[in-house]
Amino acid sequence: MSKLLDWSVFFQDLPGGGEEYWQLIVSGVYWTLGVSACAWLIALAVGSIVGTIRTTTEPWMVRLGNGWVELFRNIPLLVQMFLWYFVIPEFVPPLKAWIVGTDPVNGQFAAAVLCLGLFTSARVAEQVRAGIQSLSRGQRNAGMALGLTQPQVYRFVLLPMAFRIVIPPLTSETMNLIKNSSIALTIGLAELTFRSREMGEYTFHFFEAFSAATLIYIAIGMTANRVMAFVEKRVAVPGYIAGGGK
Amino acid sequence: MNLDFEVVVRTLPYLWGGFLYTVQLTVIASIGGLFFGTLLALARLSPLKVLSNVAAGYVNLMRSIPLVLVLFWFFFLMPTVLQLVTGGERPPQIGAERTAIITFVMFEAAYFCEIMRAGIQSIPKGQVYSAYALGLTYAQSMRLVVLPQAFRNMIPILLTQTIILFQDTSLVYVISATDFTGAASKIAQRDGRLIEMYTFVAVVYFVLCYTLSYAVKRLQHRIAVIR
Repeated sequence: MSKLLDWSVFFQDLPGGGEEYWQLIVSGVYWTLGVSACAWLIALAVGSIVGTIRTTTEPWMVRLGNGWVELFRNIPLLVQMFLWYFVIPEFVPPLKAWIVGTDPVNGQFAAAVLCLGLFTSARVAEQVRAGIQSLSRGQRNAGMALGLTQPQVYRFVLLPMAFRIVIPPLTSETMNLIKNSSIALTIGLAELTFRSREMGEYTFHFFEAFSAATLIYIAIGMTANRVMAFVEKRVAVPGYIAGGGK
Repeated sequence: MNLDFEVVVRTLPYLWGGFLYTVQLTVIASIGGLFFGTLLALARLSPLKVLSNVAAGYVNLMRSIPLVLVLFWFFFLMPTVLQLVTGGERPPQIGAERTAIITFVMFEAAYFCEIMRAGIQSIPKGQVYSAYALGLTYAQSMRLVVLPQAFRNMIPILLTQTIILFQDTSLVYVISATDFTGAASKIAQRDGRLIEMYTFVAVVYFVLCYTLSYAVKRLQHRIAVIR
């Protein structure tokens, strides 16, 4: 029977030998960060496009954007993860062939990134839409009056303002994304939560393993928060309440 | 690829059992979460520094770690903690289903706390002052004046949070509890019918959540007109 609390367990060797438990946890951190970073890029790119088209004057574009958001918002993330990993490849033969042929880790990573990226894109789209609609109507009208086309109005007038306004809500979406990446463990991706449970099961030191994971999640979240706060400050629009009062 | 959606019809009673557990978990977690969340919100707004710091610490901790990790914390460590508390010979077996209910109540309390805190802070200070001027105690002014209004103002957000909770309950899959998703997943793996079962589950969740969020939107409209 092991002692109740024993923090030196992180420096014991894994059953296979060679590595110590802290290295197992660190390898999980890499996957958590890798999946989150890749998914974040997809979410930002797709979410910006979908959020923008929802504010245009083309009814079919607005409907398409709204449909996209409703689709990803109303199915649990876990079920979406299963759909991307188990179901969708069955309908796309080349994808199926790739998943069968490649290292399972590649398939899990791709499915997790796509799933989390598109799920978060729907949430980013909602924020971007709200950001654009919070601008006064005069901005769009002034752009049109200057002779800009609709794409130009978005490119030069609306989006530069809207993106700065939505940084605070995007910060919390970023933190949600990092937390949601833990759901990738259900398709076998060995990210942080997966590794901490694995360590607990090997050593029966669940408390120590989960404490480490908890502290690491808090640290990652705080770092993401600080980085976004820095960006927010750098790009703040002078004269707005959020602009730091200069 | 041959699809056989008959598997859904064949296993409907089992899936229904899982679905009932999902609903039960959602209802208990939202009511329990709202109750403890309101208490937490009152603690966070308390002038007692110790109380508000403890409540804020709890809420921030719960909100900064993934739900999956919280489920693991409770699932693997609650038996040990209960054993320490009761001093029994061996850890009591409480099962995944009950663990999930306790976890969700504790986890959702943190989220409902933030909603109720915003609700309470949206009430003008004058309301509290007039309650005190009428001679009501703190407890009376909260129960009779502030909380009913805060609660009513926040109904749409509380309902939206409950829809999110309804979706999040699917995560009890990670501790092998048999909710709707868990039941479907067990059949899917037993019968090798992953495509049919997961598609069915996705469609059911989508239809339910879409309808519910549409209803909440309508309600929000009506409340907005009245006020």
